[in-house]
Amino acid sequence: MNRKDVIRYITVFLITLTLFLSATWLSSFLNGRKLEDVKNIQDKISIDILSSETQFQLLQEFSCKDVSATSLSGELNDLAKKISFSEENIKNQDQVIELKKYYSLLQIKDYLLMEKIRSKCRVSVVPIFYFYTTEENCSDCVRQSAVLTELRGQYPELRVYSFDYNLKLSALESLIKIFKVEDTKLPAVYMNERLYTGFQSTEKILKTFPELEKYRIAREKAEAQLEAQTKLGN
Amino acid sequence: MSEILIWVFYLLSFLSLYVQIYFLVVFLERRKDIIVRRQPIKLNNYPAVTITVPAYNEGSSVTKTVDSLLALDYPKEKLFLILVDDGSTDNTFEFMQAYESNPQIKIFKKANGGKFSAQNLGLEHCTTGFVGCLDSDSLVHPEALKRIMTYFLNQEVMAVAPTIVTWQAKNIVQKAQKIDYELQIYVKKMLSFVNAIHVTPGPFSIFRIEVFNKLGPYKHAHVTEDQEIALRMQTAGMKIEHAPDAYVYTMAPKTIRGLYLQRTRWIYGFLRNAIDYKHLFFKKKYGNIGFLTLPSGFVSVLGVMFLFVFVGSRFVQYLHNKSLEISATGLSFDVNSFSFDPFFINTSTILFVSVFVYSSVLFSLYMGHKILHGKSKFSLDIFLFFIVYSLVAPFWLLKAVWNAVRKYESSWTAEIDSR
Repeated sequence: MNRKDVIRYITVFLITLTLFLSATWLSSFLNGRKLEDVKNIQDKISIDILSSETQFQLLQEFSCKDVSATSLSGELNDLAKKISFSEENIKNQDQVIELKKYYSLLQIKDYLLMEKIRSKCRVSVVPIFYFYTTEENCSDCVRQSAVLTELRGQYPELRVYSFDYNLKLSALESLIKIFKVEDTKLPAVYMNERLYTGFQSTEKILKTFPELEKYRIAREKAEAQLEAQTKLGN
Repeated sequence: MSEILIWVFYLLSFLSLYVQIYFLVVFLERRKDIIVRRQPIKLNNYPAVTITVPAYNEGSSVTKTVDSLLALDYPKEKLFLILVDDGSTDNTFEFMQAYESNPQIKIFKKANGGKFSAQNLGLEHCTTGFVGCLDSDSLVHPEALKRIMTYFLNQEVMAVAPTIVTWQAKNIVQKAQKIDYELQIYVKKMLSFVNAIHVTPGPFSIFRIEVFNKLGPYKHAHVTEDQEIALRMQTAGMKIEHAPDAYVYTMAPKTIRGLYLQRTRWIYGFLRNAIDYKHLFFKKKYGNIGFLTLPSGFVSVLGVMFLFVFVGSRFVQYLHNKSLEISATGLSFDVNSFSFDPFFINTSTILFVSVFVYSSVLFSLYMGHKILHGKSKFSLDIFLFFIVYSLVAPFWLLKAVWNAVRKYESSWTAEIDSR
């Protein structure tokens, strides 16, 4: 082997290393942008919640006509999907966990606001709390997530608050204590002021919330009326 | 555990990419030295050459092989053929006897002893300065020998390897192999530029007779005598060239089983021979064969097996989760739920590294195709290559590694019988 061969080996090493570092940098840059995107959505939700709370406090004797379920942010579902994707695909787990904590807090705040609105007005919102784990191979968690995602798509009135049981967050720990959720019995679903452990089927959830079907019929009726009105207007 | 797997993936990807970039750098350095002649040529001098045709149960296909040799554009008085029936149990010998009256041809029948023993019989009866072999499942291009002989004008060149391409690839398995052979054209040429060829293929590699006079005859060499002789030559510092325009057409296995048996034997032979010649590894005096070819062979064996397990386990996990989801919600297909969001595009380092590695392999395929056909044309067969090799190669690699560990030898005759 001559000097030219040695130089070639070194050159190739440097080119390969550059390509590898470029791949790492590009991935890190794009993932950073994604996390920034998640953070922006969270900030927007945070402002939405704060705004609704302020509005709620200002108008103590408000008309229920002015405040409805739409006061609650509709972007929480979108955010849930993005955080779940980031958790599986983005290497910077510390940053993802931070965002997840923020998301959990936003969910709790969203729930508190929703409860306030619910206590004063008749709003068609049904809350459900879902506790899962990512620390062990939880097949039922995969199944439960699929059921809740599907139900959330079919019934926008169902507001699913999902929490990673193992997330170290004091507000979440308080919630876990209040609902008496145990880590050995995951997944757990809290609905209609009762905790259910293990997998809960679509049928079971719909049976617990018969109002969901009424809401759906009412929603579809309203949508049909709106469509008819639009056609008439045209 | 998954962290370790990801780091192993990065390491193997780095090494794979390193090898591909190495070829690219060599290509950029030496691209003007790639000689591809598309028109017939004439030589000033035609050295005498002997070609041995070893055959075991090849039946009538031996006729096509011999006819293609007789059709070589080379003076008849300078070309001699030695046909060796290696104990066939079919009518191979009868087909050989049809050439009995041809003064260029000598015919021998012996007890089955393996391809290397038939080749050695040819060496024993060789009286010319150059010698080669042609497997009886292969055909030669009429210009192949002349094109090869031009490389021997350089007195340092001791052997020249041809370019092997598939003969009339008809089915999916053969079309996938066609792409593999085209890829090898580029790889082999780059290896020849850095004097790092590790195999002088059975079909139509031509040697100076001094190679065997100095190094001795072919050895059993784990049923891959063509790899062993090349490594023996590399140990002795003998130069091996590659003629990218000297085409040999091989009848590629038609079935997955045939391909599996052939490749298991090749990889098994590579591993066992590489172990036998471990003294070549990372020794400056043996050059690039020990720094590049042999280590990269091990990396590709490990890489393909690892990738199969790595991607396979992720795919199985995905299927498992999907089946769990379907068991919970049933099979539903909601068109409205599909909406494009660039957020969900995979931007992991693994993806970008994979893109680099696959791009470099595609470049090699492109160059191989261009050297062979003189033009670049995208062929859908590339997909067949990736599909067939991704699905089957891990199994022949695993089997070859397993056989190498157990020292369980593949059989050349069994491979032919499986066709």
